Amino acid sequence: MTTIDPPRPRWRSRLLNRPTRDYIHPYLGGLLLGLVLFAAFFLTGNGLGASGGLNRLIVAGQDLVAPEHVDRTPYLLRMAGGDLNPLDDWIVPMIVGALLGGLVSGWRNGRLKVETNKGPHITVRTRWLMAFLGGAIMGYGARMARGCTSGLALSGGAVLSLGAWVFMFAVFAGAYALAYFVRKLWL
Amino acid sequence: MPFPLQLETLLGKPWMYLVFAVIGFGFGFVLESAGFGNSKKLAAQFYFRELTVLKVMFGAIVTAMVLIFITVGLGILDFSLLWVNPTYLASGIVGGLIMGVGFIIGGFCPGTSLVAMVTGKLDGLFFVLGVLFGIFVFGETVEYYWDWWNNAGYMGRITIPEWLGLPYGVVVTAVVLMALFMFWGAEQLEQRFGGRDLTKEPRWRRYLAVGLVTLAASIIVIGTPTPEQKYARIASTKDAALASREVQIHPGELLQTMADDTLKAVVLDVRPEAEYNQFHIAGARNVPLAELPAIIPDLHAQQALNTVFVLASNDEAAATAAWKTLSAESIPNVYILEGGINQWIATFGQGDDVIVQMASPSGDDTLCWAFPAALGDRFEAADPDPHAWQLDFTPKIQLQIKRDKSGGGCG
Repeated sequence: MTTIDPPRPRWRSRLLNRPTRDYIHPYLGGLLLGLVLFAAFFLTGNGLGASGGLNRLIVAGQDLVAPEHVDRTPYLLRMAGGDLNPLDDWIVPMIVGALLGGLVSGWRNGRLKVETNKGPHITVRTRWLMAFLGGAIMGYGARMARGCTSGLALSGGAVLSLGAWVFMFAVFAGAYALAYFVRKLWL
Repeated sequence: MPFPLQLETLLGKPWMYLVFAVIGFGFGFVLESAGFGNSKKLAAQFYFRELTVLKVMFGAIVTAMVLIFITVGLGILDFSLLWVNPTYLASGIVGGLIMGVGFIIGGFCPGTSLVAMVTGKLDGLFFVLGVLFGIFVFGETVEYYWDWWNNAGYMGRITIPEWLGLPYGVVVTAVVLMALFMFWGAEQLEQRFGGRDLTKEPRWRRYLAVGLVTLAASIIVIGTPTPEQKYARIASTKDAALASREVQIHPGELLQTMADDTLKAVVLDVRPEAEYNQFHIAGARNVPLAELPAIIPDLHAQQALNTVFVLASNDEAAATAAWKTLSAESIPNVYILEGGINQWIATFGQGDDVIVQMASPSGDDTLCWAFPAALGDRFEAADPDPHAWQLDFTPKIQLQIKRDKSGGGCG
């Protein structure tokens, strides 16, 4: 006599516990990212971007809390002065799309997992603190340079903007110059 | 259809934003697939263990660059309508160094931290919060060094080929070769510091390299289209606009436009310098026809939305030729002064009896007026009082607002 296994809820494992797959080869990643970047320029005339969208989110918050202050500060004025809606810009749907795309890829490849990636010799709390600190430095620098790795280095690099290439080498120079001194964070 | 598409006029806002969201989706999907949601993988770049960041980034740049300049060379894509990040040397270098520091401390850049956050990486979440805080602080402090931020090392829209004075194809090929050399170096470093076994690397990466170099070299052969070739593609609509006199504006409209505080009128006088010295409209810039192509990057850099360019020659022939060149280069809001300088003086020079008419305009672009001396714009007729003249004319200027990219890019 054969026993009948109780039906397993296969949809659940298919939805939530997908097998973790490897990352794609870096050159394939570069090729695909290049095609996305080209499509962006070819269709819209703009490249990609990320920090600009985060900028508009924060300015939208400021505009809710202190609209008069926004109207007096030249940098904020351009995005949210008067009746301007800081979220009414192409870069906002772009980062919404990027969040969705990252989510779908992470889900498809079984990489959706609450975790903290860090070097072996630091605590999770140190990693969080450093992530916030590094993010703050990066956010400040990105706005000063008028673009982040995506919006200036990638997009400007592909159209051969002089300033984008100078910027790109400055980013690598800054990171390599400091890497040795903060190796405890990562190695 | 000319690319890039004018999405805003073509689709209107909500649909245009959907296009950007789809592109963003691809962006986030590829970033996550390449492992950019993992801070350890990103930081490994700076200890030579794994140079994924360099490979993906430069791989993407050279792929997009080659495709962009091939389609530009073939005349499918209009380079002057692409957003080229303007060059601000000082703030770019200082901001870049600061970002490098943030990168190695925080382990992400803004785009990668978004995909890290959304796939559950808590360090990514804290990084995003940090970026938001950093941007907030920047918005509140930039006014203390506003002049430096806006002016130091400002070079406008300038590309490396323009800066070096080399053809685009040559620079594209050189960049591809440089990237391939960096990839080779990166693999050597990975082998040494990261223990990577290079014999297991896929063979197809060589084919890709050969393909890229071939495509890049073909850009040298194709070249970049001349203004005449570009105009030939748009000639049917543009010649119709010239023939129906939609773009030739009455001297009265030019005067009114110059006096209008909400518009920025730029008069380009395309006559030879000697005639310009004899007489010119106050504030006009002398750009003899042959020198016009050289100032086109400069005109693109004048990105204010309310700029109106008005071309003036003695009659209209040279101004019309200049109009075709600027139209071919996609400069928006370009008009021709109707009847040229001859008509301008006929309109506003009535009280100026030192200017004497020698002949009536024959359309061959010769100056029909004689001046007692080459006084440039120090004649009354060169700078008429806009309130003293009430002229009848059909207004023709319709401000074509090109996409405002000042808040775009990442910047």
